[in-house]
Amino acid sequence: MSEPIIYELGAAGRRGAALPALDVPTAALPDEESLRNELPLPEVSEVDVMRHYVRLSQLNYGVDIGMYPLGSCTMKYNPKMNEDAARLAGFSHVHPYQPAETVQGSLALMYGLQEALKAISGFCGVSLQPAAGAHGEFTGILMIRAYHLARGDAHRDIVLIPDSAHGTNPATTSMAGLTMVELKSDGRGNVDLDDLKAHLSNRTAGMMLTNPNTLGLFDEHVLEISELVHQAGGLMYGDGANLNAIMGIAKPAELGFDVMHYNLHKTFSTPHGGGGPGSGPVGASEALVDFVPGPVAVRADAEGPYSLVMPSQSIGRVKAFYGHFGVIVRAYAYICMLGAEGLRQASEIAVLNANYLQSILKEVLPLPYDRTCMHEFVLRGQIEGAPDVHALDISKRLIDYGVHPPTNYFPLIVPEALMIEPTETESKRSLDHFAQAMVGIVQEARTAPELLHEAPHHAPIRRLDEVRAARQLVLRWQPNAQD
Amino acid sequence: MSYVPHTDSDVSEMLARIGVSDLQELFTAVPAAVRFPAIDLAAPRSELDVMQELKALAAQNAALDSTPSFLGAGAYHHWVPSVVNHVLLRSEFYTAYTPYQPEISQGTLQAIFEYQTMICDLTAMEVSNASHYDGATAMAEAVIMSLSAGRGRRNRVVLSGSVHPEYRQTVHTYTQGMDVVFVGEDRPGATAKELGALVDDSTACLILQSPDFFGRIVDLRGLAEAAHAHKALLVVASNPIALGMLKPAGEMGADIVLGDGQPLGNSLSFGGPHLGFFATRQELVRRMAGRLVGETVDADGKRGYVLTLSTREQHIRRDKATSNICTNQGLNALAAAVYLATLGKQGLRQVAELCYHRAHYAAAAIDALDAYHVDQSAPFFHEFVVSCPRPASEINAALWDRHGIIGGYALGSAYPGMERQMLICVTEMNSRAQIDGLVSALQEVAK
Repeated sequence: MSEPIIYELGAAGRRGAALPALDVPTAALPDEESLRNELPLPEVSEVDVMRHYVRLSQLNYGVDIGMYPLGSCTMKYNPKMNEDAARLAGFSHVHPYQPAETVQGSLALMYGLQEALKAISGFCGVSLQPAAGAHGEFTGILMIRAYHLARGDAHRDIVLIPDSAHGTNPATTSMAGLTMVELKSDGRGNVDLDDLKAHLSNRTAGMMLTNPNTLGLFDEHVLEISELVHQAGGLMYGDGANLNAIMGIAKPAELGFDVMHYNLHKTFSTPHGGGGPGSGPVGASEALVDFVPGPVAVRADAEGPYSLVMPSQSIGRVKAFYGHFGVIVRAYAYICMLGAEGLRQASEIAVLNANYLQSILKEVLPLPYDRTCMHEFVLRGQIEGAPDVHALDISKRLIDYGVHPPTNYFPLIVPEALMIEPTETESKRSLDHFAQAMVGIVQEARTAPELLHEAPHHAPIRRLDEVRAARQLVLRWQPNAQD
Repeated sequence: MSYVPHTDSDVSEMLARIGVSDLQELFTAVPAAVRFPAIDLAAPRSELDVMQELKALAAQNAALDSTPSFLGAGAYHHWVPSVVNHVLLRSEFYTAYTPYQPEISQGTLQAIFEYQTMICDLTAMEVSNASHYDGATAMAEAVIMSLSAGRGRRNRVVLSGSVHPEYRQTVHTYTQGMDVVFVGEDRPGATAKELGALVDDSTACLILQSPDFFGRIVDLRGLAEAAHAHKALLVVASNPIALGMLKPAGEMGADIVLGDGQPLGNSLSFGGPHLGFFATRQELVRRMAGRLVGETVDADGKRGYVLTLSTREQHIRRDKATSNICTNQGLNALAAAVYLATLGKQGLRQVAELCYHRAHYAAAAIDALDAYHVDQSAPFFHEFVVSCPRPASEINAALWDRHGIIGGYALGSAYPGMERQMLICVTEMNSRAQIDGLVSALQEVAK
């Protein structure tokens, strides 16, 4: 029995909330033309609401249930104290336009996080405004564009992007009105240096590089790449999606990056929320620091009050207000808790966990780039002796073992990719459980492949017809559409 | 405090299995010259210590649960039923990611599907996406969608100057690489009809806000016809609480209705995270950015939900995608849905009416003061413009210093020349006693 749609639970006249009585004289309403007649919202009780959403929650899988090795997403444990901190009335019931003297606590916290992110990355400045990783990425590319325009270099319109990049990188480039050129990877999973050199020119605006890249590999030539791009007059954009591998291991600014976005919801443990809210601050080198979006939190001197200012050559604001403050509180709490030592430990153990799993799983599935990996690695979901089994089948079968599947079919340069990121908060016991499940599934693929093709067997619902969803396009519930 | 569960012997066993002697050996791919830099941060601290610091910071803010405030201007202090937060704290919701694996994400997917339905009902539109970052970015996406619907042959946008200034600034930031010409912003006093007359054959869209930034209910009649006569789209930003009593733009022929969904069950949180709702007509669905959930069936024919139309999105279309967005404001959209379900058909209307009548009570009382004047030339919802006897920023400072009241939004900061004007917002959180307190304080600080 599936859970009814909330509208289906309702009955005309039922209510879920009582409001205060009107205690002022009623005013004349605007003319009839401006008023609405029908307001077809659900009519349910509070009990209906709570039970409905609790039942829905029980159909979900989250980090608090078990391992969630979704590559590139850094599904680490979300500390509970951070939830309490963000809900303190002094943080949650504060309006963005309150006078500065009534929000010094918020501004101090923003300033503190800006400083911490600078310390971790080596950048000169940070803006907390972008709302998510892709948003930070768009921000960074706009900053690079603005930098060239400010120097009169309007002809620089090409952004170089490796073939292993996230899909957001090419889309971001287009949104900024620039053109992308794709670079090949070499046999070790690094950027192909010859291909890079062949494509650098006086039209190069910059390069977008994820390091460690989406194969989970640290590009061994990163310093050389940065130098080549800078020599050609371009700037380096760092996709910070994989920062969880290198805190205290390397500072992005020292690797030659000019701008990078941070994913507070990955690296700094803020919850993913079923798809958001994230937070994607950007850090900038000296060349770009005046171009960051604003406002940013500043302080005139060590004792003075905090205030918000717009940087001198800012690209402008990328959203209303100052960023996802509620997420910023959680990330700040996490960094305070771990300190420099804990952040380095988080990266070291994230890399240890990934290499440990890689060492076991490469014995049962092909590992296209057999090197020490960073915080994640990519296997090929092709099983000798089971030609009809695909990466997707392996993933769906993992659900039956109580584990969230890895990322499938990405990066694009590895056919049948299974991208596995365990994160540092998984214990050896939980990694061993995952490894055993994978080894067992590979055996099943050979002896009973239908178990995989028809998986999952123990989920709230079986495989869904995605083609039908796209063809018939039912995007909302309608009372008369029910059979 | 660290969240790493490993014992020393776990680490040794794992290193041995990998075949390296210590953790540092895992990082030889990092150039030695830049490997293992020092991070200048404090030492690790306990949960107790960190929470005390955070409480001390929070205590430096004036929190609106205990401070009277008349600020609105795009972010609104509303009552949120307890049930909302209790649902948000279900960690099956908040510790999940984007529902890539629908078999174990039906909770998130169905909740979004229901959210999409409620947004359609609220706006009287045919389809809604799973939400954008906020109202400002939703408007920027509407501009990009309109340019795309114009197939790149239309590069003009008529944008009302009475749209929220930060929304307009965000639109300009987003489109700086897109060669777009904006008209209409220079005259915030322009009527909707005058703006409609600016639409021509090179116009991609006409954008208005109703209630507008000054709180005025805009007469949208005839605007869809004015836009459609030139094959341009009509885009309307709305306040979702106002839609509890006011006619939705969907009934007035709008092509895109969007806005900031924060008033629906989301806390102010110093400006974020909020959510941007975005609804359009069925025939434009393939041009709309953002995540979408659709209904389907599983292998047994049972009703279920999946992310759909992903062929519009960046991970498939890469540089041909019109937006790089790859998430929604999942938890904020969930809060909005739980709020709308709990308030329901009658409750939302009642909240809207409380806001409306209390705001009008406040406006009349302030207008009755000799030194102040309220602009009542157009109907308004729960915000109105007050002309003050001296700069609004000075009035606000005096209200705070002498009466502990946070006043309205000083309009001069966004509209030069309006230094004496203040935008006052009244919601169901402002009791009659609070309003009376504001009125007498305004009188006292007039001099």
